[in-house]
Amino acid sequence: MRREHQHRNYWRRNLQMTALLLAMWFAVTFVVSFFARELAEITVMGFPLGFYMGAQGAPLVYLAIIWWYARYMNQLDRQYGVREGEADDS
Amino acid sequence: MVDYTTVPLRRYYAFYTAGFFIFILILAFLERHGLPPRWIGYSFLFLTIFLYATIGVLARTASVSEYYVAGRRVPAIFNGMATGADWMSAASFMGLAGTLYLSGYQGLAYVMGWTGGYVLVALLLAPYLRRFGQFTIPDFLAARYGGNPARLVGVLATVLASFVYVVAQIYGVGLITSRFVGLQFEIGVYVGLAGILVCSFLGGMRAVTWTQVAQYAILIVAYLVPVSILSYQVTGIPVPQLTYGLVLQKVQLLEEQIFADPAEIEARRIFRERADGYYERILTLPEALDEERLRLAEQIEELKSSNAQMREVVAIERERRELPTSSEAAKVYWEKLMRDAALRGADPEHHLTPYPSGGEEVSNTARLNFLSLVFCLMVGTAALPHVLMRYYTTPSVREARTSVFWSLLFILALYLTAPAYAAFAKYEIYSTLIGSSIAQLPVWVSAWGKIGLVSIEDVNGDGILQLVELALNPDVILLATPEIAGLPYVISGLVAAGALAAALSTADGLLLTIASALSHDVYYKVYRPEATTQWRLVVSKTLLLVVAVLAATVASQKPATILSMVAWAFSLAGAAFFPALILGVFWKRANAAGAVSGMVIGLLVTLYYMVRVQVDAIPWLGIQGIGMEPWWGIQSTSAGVWGVAAGFSTIVVVSLCSQPPSKATQDFVESVRYPELEGS
Repeated sequence: MRREHQHRNYWRRNLQMTALLLAMWFAVTFVVSFFARELAEITVMGFPLGFYMGAQGAPLVYLAIIWWYARYMNQLDRQYGVREGEADDS
Repeated sequence: MVDYTTVPLRRYYAFYTAGFFIFILILAFLERHGLPPRWIGYSFLFLTIFLYATIGVLARTASVSEYYVAGRRVPAIFNGMATGADWMSAASFMGLAGTLYLSGYQGLAYVMGWTGGYVLVALLLAPYLRRFGQFTIPDFLAARYGGNPARLVGVLATVLASFVYVVAQIYGVGLITSRFVGLQFEIGVYVGLAGILVCSFLGGMRAVTWTQVAQYAILIVAYLVPVSILSYQVTGIPVPQLTYGLVLQKVQLLEEQIFADPAEIEARRIFRERADGYYERILTLPEALDEERLRLAEQIEELKSSNAQMREVVAIERERRELPTSSEAAKVYWEKLMRDAALRGADPEHHLTPYPSGGEEVSNTARLNFLSLVFCLMVGTAALPHVLMRYYTTPSVREARTSVFWSLLFILALYLTAPAYAAFAKYEIYSTLIGSSIAQLPVWVSAWGKIGLVSIEDVNGDGILQLVELALNPDVILLATPEIAGLPYVISGLVAAGALAAALSTADGLLLTIASALSHDVYYKVYRPEATTQWRLVVSKTLLLVVAVLAATVASQKPATILSMVAWAFSLAGAAFFPALILGVFWKRANAAGAVSGMVIGLLVTLYYMVRVQVDAIPWLGIQGIGMEPWWGIQSTSAGVWGVAAGFSTIVVVSLCSQPPSKATQDFVESVRYPELEGS
């Protein structure tokens, strides 16, 4: 039973983090682009904000999301003592 | 066998990149001392292909695991680089900057879509596929959805999406070799084919991986060098990604001047009149066709008798030759001309303005199309088998996660620079070219005009170039930037080598994916499970050869529509794979019936929408009048929106209406989700 419990915990924490990061992904992609016309008033580094987000902002956020997920999950793996590594060859 | 962790790989590739820089410097030196451009082109072409071939031969292998998944020992960072090269195709390398140049903000859909898809790969797919740890994507579908139907649908979708894509890459190779080395297009295609085969034939995934790392280095250097020099020339800072915001502000001012110029407005009015003229002709078919033929004949006679220039006569004769013979064909022909003319006559858009300003409704439709294109490209990225397969090659799940990060980092190096290319090219063209005398245009305009990528027509006859009189093919922006900036030819050769690397690396990955799907999934898993290891590799290599030759043959026919079909590959792959893969991991209740019907329906809906929105008639099948109005104004490139939605809902509905999956399948899902915990 302990193993089942641990499994469920691990999976729940994974899902929570995935959902949170996907929400961020959705916001910078679709919400920001939806309001691109309105955001054009604000200027960043010479760009209107809407343009900047599409050209650099959103891609950099994507990179941060992926970095954070890898870090978080790899830590979670260690915390739960996942036995899986270099020896795993099929 | 080589253990990659003990080999000083980083040092090898550092030496290799340094060597490449020295090679460029030597060529630059030789160019100063009179080495003709053609030889520079040859040097780049043959040196790079020789290099890839060397790596390909060194990495040859006879082990199945090495052949399909590089022995699962590719460190995260190198897998990231290889994925970058695999991912960035001729379209990304050559087309993206041009698309951004032509459509400004609207083009950013590609930047966001092609990078944001990696979030989906990282969060929803890569770690689970790696934990599953087999060879291909159909492998996963078969294991999750119990057997061969799911596997075969997976193979079909893999081949469908990848083949179109690989033809486009080989086509790109033909284009580059014919422009920069002066080979005939068809010969160029086969040179490219040889370049692709030397990488993948002997060593499979293992050889492809290590050549792709080498190709990444070349393509990224080739992409960054010209625009950095340009940035330095214009702003004094060689970091284009930071400086192009200010350049875009200058572009905005130039645009305001140009758009308000009376000559410009007049030229646009002439284009609109032409569009009206075509419309009249379409209405008065079939008489209009005879009239037009007569009019052209008269014009030719008149020109001949008035001793006009031969060139003009030839131009009109060609126009007469291209005139269609039947009334239906003439309708299609003139409709296209009408659309083109109307498009050029329309009010121009500012580079920085999101969504066209022609009224609320137009603007909202543009926004909807933008968002759905972003969605399709993202989902397609997360579903293209040749990208997903790469995450089977890392040593562990942890490395797979880290590897997606490296992939996106290496991809961003190019994607964050593409908008800068567009900005600098626009600045140069608007500030120096527009408004100058047509008789004294720079050499690059006529050089690229010869192969039809640049065309100029003085519609209002004032001898001055207006913006609307200049038509550019999107590919030319990147390829001609060195010439626009007045850089030595060696930089042009470098750009060509980079474009070649981009096309070859993607073609390698795609060919291997198709060959694996056919040899591993169809031949070994379905047709002859008792086949020996050796025989499996023989079949795989033979199929690789056959598919490669087939793709090159199609590419050498110069299919005009192939480039637009590449965008379709994303929608097709997304609709076929994305719902089944995601639900396979995250919804235990999804079963075989649901997945197979979902994949088929997703694929069919996408195909149906694409074909009916894009074409009105398929002459060789004798089908006519099948065109339809797009639903909610969504263009055919975003057909995946409907396909993905249909796929998800079909899987859910059919699964709920049929038996839940077996205990074994549910255990399989558990094994993909949870790592083996200690003490279990």
